[in-house]
Amino acid sequence: MTVTTRPIRSEPTVSPAAPSGLVAPVSGEIGVGRADADATPRRREGPEKLTGAAKYADDLVVPGAWYGATIRSTEAHARLLGIDLDPDFDWSKVVVVTAADIPGENVVSLISDDQPALVSTEIRHHAEPVALIAAPDRATLRGARRRIRLRTEPLPAVFDPLESRQQFAHFELAEGDIDAGFAEADLVIEGTYRVGHQEQLYIENQAMIAIPRDDGGVTVQGSLQCPYYIHKALKRALALSGDQAVVVQTETGGGFGGKEEYPSMIAIHAALLARRCGKPVRMIYERHEDLAATTKRHPAIVRYRSGVTHDGRLVAQDIEVIMDGGAYCTLTPVVLSRGTIHAGGPYRCPNVRIRGRAMATNTPPNGAFRGFGAPQTEFAAEMQANRAAEALGISPLELRRRWVYREGDTTPTGQVLRESVGGEEVLERAAEASGFERVRELTRIGRHARTSRQRTASGIGLALAWHGAGFTGSGEVKLASVASIELTHDGRIRVLSASTEMGQGTKTIFPQLVSQELGVPYEAVEIAVPDTSVVPDSGPTVASRTAMVVGGLLIKAARRLRSLVEDATGRTFADSYREYAASHGGARVDQRFEPYPDVSFDDDTYRGDAYPCYGWAAAVAEVDVDLDTGEVAVRHVVAVDDVGKVIHRVLAEGQVEGGTLQAVGYATIEEIKLQDGRYLNDRLATYLIPTAMDAPHISTILVEKPFSGSPHGAKGVGELPMDVGAPAVVAAIHDAVGVWIHDLPASPERILAALAAKGDARAGTRPA
Amino acid sequence: MTYHLTVNGEPVELAVPGMRRLLDALREDLGLTGTKEGCGEGECGACSVLVDGAVVDSCLVPVCQVDGSTVRTVESLVGPADGRLSPLQEAFLDAGGAQCGICTPGMLMAARAFLDGGGEPTDEAIREAIAGNLCRCTGYTKIIEAIALAAKRER
Ligand code: FES
Ligand code: FES
Repeated sequence: MTVTTRPIRSEPTVSPAAPSGLVAPVSGEIGVGRADADATPRRREGPEKLTGAAKYADDLVVPGAWYGATIRSTEAHARLLGIDLDPDFDWSKVVVVTAADIPGENVVSLISDDQPALVSTEIRHHAEPVALIAAPDRATLRGARRRIRLRTEPLPAVFDPLESRQQFAHFELAEGDIDAGFAEADLVIEGTYRVGHQEQLYIENQAMIAIPRDDGGVTVQGSLQCPYYIHKALKRALALSGDQAVVVQTETGGGFGGKEEYPSMIAIHAALLARRCGKPVRMIYERHEDLAATTKRHPAIVRYRSGVTHDGRLVAQDIEVIMDGGAYCTLTPVVLSRGTIHAGGPYRCPNVRIRGRAMATNTPPNGAFRGFGAPQTEFAAEMQANRAAEALGISPLELRRRWVYREGDTTPTGQVLRESVGGEEVLERAAEASGFERVRELTRIGRHARTSRQRTASGIGLALAWHGAGFTGSGEVKLASVASIELTHDGRIRVLSASTEMGQGTKTIFPQLVSQELGVPYEAVEIAVPDTSVVPDSGPTVASRTAMVVGGLLIKAARRLRSLVEDATGRTFADSYREYAASHGGARVDQRFEPYPDVSFDDDTYRGDAYPCYGWAAAVAEVDVDLDTGEVAVRHVVAVDDVGKVIHRVLAEGQVEGGTLQAVGYATIEEIKLQDGRYLNDRLATYLIPTAMDAPHISTILVEKPFSGSPHGAKGVGELPMDVGAPAVVAAIHDAVGVWIHDLPASPERILAALAAKGDARAGTRPA
Repeated sequence: MTYHLTVNGEPVELAVPGMRRLLDALREDLGLTGTKEGCGEGECGACSVLVDGAVVDSCLVPVCQVDGSTVRTVESLVGPADGRLSPLQEAFLDAGGAQCGICTPGMLMAARAFLDGGGEPTDEAIREAIAGNLCRCTGYTKIIEAIALAAKRER
């Protein structure tokens, strides 16, 4: 661990609700000493998960519940003429719901209102929900499912985003003078990079259970990331009041972005069926349906031109990003926005133009996945950096030393990076820990000395990235999320937030942060289940914002609660809060997000501080490439991430390790093939993710460059490793065999094809 | 047809169709929901249980095939008398081997079989032992550490 800067702590803001005389705790109180390895608590819900007692949605026993299923389109684009029920089937025990039965608006509420909960007239992608059925038992449900026919009339479909005429969003960023930049350049590196779909592949499939309420509303329990997204979606589609729609998170077996949008769809479906049959309804997806129908990472095409000078300066970047949004808007504009802003990579360049657009195709909608647009474009940025280093004849490490952003540099949105800039440090730490230059010299010698009988080639590769912390632009200000701490009348301390636990550690770090701030034991702080009838809207659990933003709100809330109690009792909080609770009937502090000082962004011009600060990541990958099969074994990855402040070392490392392996999968084996808009490999037998045998050894180094705007300095960790893994692996493949793989994944077929195109199937036998 | 099994040390009679998946019998007939379903086709290992000491994917095993067998699930890992976490579970907690937890019951059963087999707990051997159990959260690093730690502590 490296602590290079002391946290600069801002004074807590006194909100009108706070009592006068609020005392700021001494800044050292949440310092390293109190969060060292021995003092960090164990995962809060760990024991339940380890004994099988934890209840995931499908584990819940709901007496009298029916089973629900979704009837989906089998065409990519068609007019829906009718839904035919086989008259020979006994429909008396089955309920059927179609678009006509939706009491509210037929829309899954998100950015745009284009996506219906059920198709009414036009099918726009394969596996689109058209009708719903439910039955008291599975056998009846299966039977009914086979007796429903969709009558359709095919319409012409578009599968290639470059041929699409429908645009979901576009952005253009410009800084400096792009023509002058290229005029100054001695060399122009050009490339087109393509990255495909990636499935989140949480091991727990999507699952929702809807239970009718006495007030005419519905309670939905399920596997989800964002309770209030679902709450909003239910209110609109079922025409419910805020109280009539209740959303409760069950234990959630992974999300990675994949449970950000689609759970709203499933919740509406389950609720519609429950409303229709008057019984609880279980909608538990099987893997095949989950793979076929739910959102994936956006495929992208990135066209890139970089102008560099002989002395190794980056003087111009002209970048075009085209993302495939799929059939509906979902979160595509925000994904594109992040992808566009990050497309230049973590590099200073005086003359930049980045144009991004997201196009509609007749394929299942793409959506959130860890990294949210940045892994796609930063892959291209890193490819360009490595190819520039090669063209200039300097080491990729040295090139990045010259290019990487430092404090005071300006980004393509015109943002001046004022603090918490850790790019240089993560780069140096990764180079040092991996012995990058030394190993690279060895792989170079190995390449030259390789005989035709050696059929394995080794290589090492480096990548660097930045990742904007929290929401883009003014997202956080608009959201104005709230997190609360309650001191109950019987003296319990409870964290109330809508931030969900899906493995990353929310349930552990929130009580940890609050207990440190209050000066009470970790065990003394409880955390409420995210239930929209109990917890405030703390915003969605996305964008690596939980530790930074919501964690920051809770620290501020804890400071206020502590002052409230200490001012009243004249003693420490720990000594007096039970007594205070008994005499005052408890207390509750609601902390609302307040804009970070001196951070501003103009959504219309896309100029300004795109993010309050950035996380920084570097990775060095070592690979072996089998020259006969083209298979890549990633042996070791050194992952270095600047997370601002480590709250819980084991959990933070776990995030880095998990994200790194997802990136390695993205780089090497994870690929979705489509035919006529349908995913061909929509089973776990055909969509492969890395096993323990495929996984590299991962060495994690956490760097702390605190952000002064959050009271604890944290900047988030979840997405950082996702940006660097793939370009590091592809650079290592190049180091091993001398070919650049421009498209992800770097599959055996692509590697063999690249070697063959080089005119030398045994490329490894010659100096590359 | 009635099948006789020993599940977590208890004799159990199951009057179910012979082709019912062991996974469903455990989860739905016996209420042992610790065992999870991730794919239903033998790819993920979330449904791993021990049948006569060997790791199997319970989603692929029909009840008729395990008549007379001894089945162990995650629920059996805690101390029978005091209900306390076993050293293996403690090791997962200490090392951070469980994140979202959905792969964990299967992972623990694969680890249990490996440790019971008494093999040398090298990195390579542990990776092989859990090769049939997918985890999307951890990158496997801390799972492997946890199993190695458990091996050390159990010795
Ligand atoms: S559910 Fe049995 S292997 Fe996946
Ligand atoms: S801990 Fe989530 S899948 Fe393994």
